[in-house]
Amino acid sequence: MSTKTLRIENLHVSVEGKPILRGVNLTINQGETHALMGPNGSGKSTLSYALMGHPNYEITDGTAYLGDVNLLELEADERAKAGLFLAFQYPTSIPGVTMANFLRHAVTNVRMPDRKEGEDLISMRDFRKELKQKMDELGMDGDFARRYLNEGFSGGEKKRAEVLQLAMLQPAFAILDETDSGLDIDAVRVVSEGVNRVAKAQGTGVLVITHYQRILNYIQPQFVHILYGGRIVENGGPELVTTLEREGYDWIRAKYPQEARVEDELEASASAVV
Amino acid sequence: MSTDLGAQVAGIKEDYKYGFRESDANYNYKSGKGLNRHTVEEISEMKNEPQWMREFRLKGLETFQQKPLPQWGGNLNDLDFQDIHYFVRATDRQGKSWDDVPAEIKRTFDKLGIPEAEKKFLAGVGAQYESEVVYHSLREDLAAKGVIFTDMDSALRDYPDLVKEYFGTVIPINDNKFAALNSAVWSGGSFVYIPAGVKVDIPLQAYFRINAENMGQFERTLIIVEEGAQVHYVEGCTAPIYTSESLHSAVVEIIVKKGGRCRYTTIQNWANNIYNLVTKRAVAHEDALMEWVDGNLGSRLTMKYPAVYMVGKGARAEILSIAFAGKGQHQDAGGKVVHAAPYTTSRIISKSISKHGGRSSYRGLLKVADGAYGSKSNVVCDALILDPQSRSDTYPYIEIDEDDVKIGHEASVSKIGEEQLFYLRSRGLSEAEAATLIVNGFIEPLVKELPMEYAVEMNKLIELQMEGSVG
Ligand SMILES: Nc1ncnc2c1ncn2[C@@H]1O[C@H](COP(=O)(O)OP(=O)(O)OP(=O)(O)O)[C@@H](O)[C@H]1O
Ligand SMILES: [Mg+2]
Repeated sequence: MSTKTLRIENLHVSVEGKPILRGVNLTINQGETHALMGPNGSGKSTLSYALMGHPNYEITDGTAYLGDVNLLELEADERAKAGLFLAFQYPTSIPGVTMANFLRHAVTNVRMPDRKEGEDLISMRDFRKELKQKMDELGMDGDFARRYLNEGFSGGEKKRAEVLQLAMLQPAFAILDETDSGLDIDAVRVVSEGVNRVAKAQGTGVLVITHYQRILNYIQPQFVHILYGGRIVENGGPELVTTLEREGYDWIRAKYPQEARVEDELEASASAVV
Repeated sequence: MSTDLGAQVAGIKEDYKYGFRESDANYNYKSGKGLNRHTVEEISEMKNEPQWMREFRLKGLETFQQKPLPQWGGNLNDLDFQDIHYFVRATDRQGKSWDDVPAEIKRTFDKLGIPEAEKKFLAGVGAQYESEVVYHSLREDLAAKGVIFTDMDSALRDYPDLVKEYFGTVIPINDNKFAALNSAVWSGGSFVYIPAGVKVDIPLQAYFRINAENMGQFERTLIIVEEGAQVHYVEGCTAPIYTSESLHSAVVEIIVKKGGRCRYTTIQNWANNIYNLVTKRAVAHEDALMEWVDGNLGSRLTMKYPAVYMVGKGARAEILSIAFAGKGQHQDAGGKVVHAAPYTTSRIISKSISKHGGRSSYRGLLKVADGAYGSKSNVVCDALILDPQSRSDTYPYIEIDEDDVKIGHEASVSKIGEEQLFYLRSRGLSEAEAATLIVNGFIEPLVKELPMEYAVEMNKLIELQMEGSVG
């Protein structure tokens, strides 16, 4: 298997006409683990959505390639088939659609990207077996397969369910948007181990978005980036995380006054909306 | 739903495929187009009916002619009553061949997995049986317990007293214009009689299909559930048949006596040119339970509001309604409950989906009579709209003449969720696939009430309706 690269260059993204990302550069090779940190509202989820192809996130400039595939030309489902996965910060619930039924559709599409619509889904027997095994590994009760997707799931259960999907879809690149938030201390470990298992088996390139060090003790990043005012302002190693834990973002603020103004503006406009 | 039951149901369907009942001679009759006294007399004569039924029909005709078209509900202005055949016998039809059937219809059959023989039947090119009920099967042990399940014409001949006692008592001739029309020209339909204390544990099924050009279908069903008895009756018409302007106007009357239970399930998928104007009503006596499960797809206009009149203390009513309105379709559906006795309870759940400019309306009546103290009613109607061209409206009529009641009414209209679509698409589902899954999820609470084979068929039908529909 040749390793691919996720290459994001000068990415500008607007939401409802409001510029949020202002030139993001980020390169992740398969097999690498990166962490992305940054204060609330700095644009981390915006980057995730934009890469995954959310229709409300308008790319105004820049490029994003997965290997030699131009992601920005593709619909969200085609990006998934190309090997990109996003574990959502706030997974949506879908009433009446069971986890198992949904995942069988998802797995079929991603593993057989050339299948025509209406053709058979992957075998029920194999699927069930695999699903059960992966649920066991993540310490999930078998009942979840029959429950409606995220409907009434607790915060932690939703995050576990996202990682279950990751484990089933085995992507080339995975973005985990605050997968640790809402998880109890043991669950952070179980879920992290789940991510590591997939990453190891598939050589998945992982981008962990988080506010805290804890998850990074389990999913250890080689590279750490800080997103601030719509740009990645610092690139470093694990030591950056320690610095942030100790000092917060004040030094970033002081070091990047121009980005700090952007952050303040965004915050003001966001609170004006509320 | 146990698979055991599913298997039994499948077995019944198997019988149905091969068990066409050849009835009396005189197969080649087809009344001319249009409706007058002569047509009605001719029908009655053909069927060799007793005098009282002939008079009933004529009174129906008179009432039909007197009553104006309803000005509410859907648009009936293009419906030409003189351009319809009011009676068609089985083998009489234009000589069509399989090659004449449009590719679109053939494709739909394939998608539904309809067997070859039945496809031709549905398309109107095989041996087919139209106004007559095509299938009745009844296990012998049920017959031994006194259960009667036959077509209405046979019942009139074989059980004249029973029929005369109940026929037209729940829905009188002058109830509405279309009930009057049905009273005049009815043909086919089912007659079901469940003796006191007998519990029928498998669903009884009947299939009606429309398939002659300009053919009217006016079946008349009467179900009597005696004290403490139980039955589940299933009526399916999932075939999308092409015809020119056509009218389906059925009447279904149900009587559920003390402590009895009746569930009546319908899934209908009419061709897009059909006016489907149906009157369905049940009377529930003391502690009886009446449930209507009603799925409406297709048709040009459907107006259908299954009703339950709770006339005995502690009677219960449950109405579940699903409507799917696609291009050029108007589904005006809902339910009516009348609380006419103390401690009666009712629940109406309605789910509608509109796409491609389709329109679905929920129309419901909740009436609590003076003296029906301690009664409870809950109405929930949810509408899902798939595109900006489509439309949904709610017309809840509530008349409460009693103070001591508990009433709940909730209505919601939602657009198909952008975030839900994106979530599913980010997992590799195409837009159509994602939308289909969401729609199927939306109606799932009702679909799971259906017998297994109908649930599967319902999901397939939704899939077909959804194909390439979003965006
Ligand atoms: N759909 C939207 N409509 C309006 N504003 C939006 C939308 N999505 C994001 N924004 C704005 O974009 C900015 C960045 O939001 P984003 O969710 O990307 O931040 P984040 O870094 O993920 O924050 P957190 O750490 O709180 O998750 C915020 O000011 C937010 O209000
Ligand atoms: Mg975020």
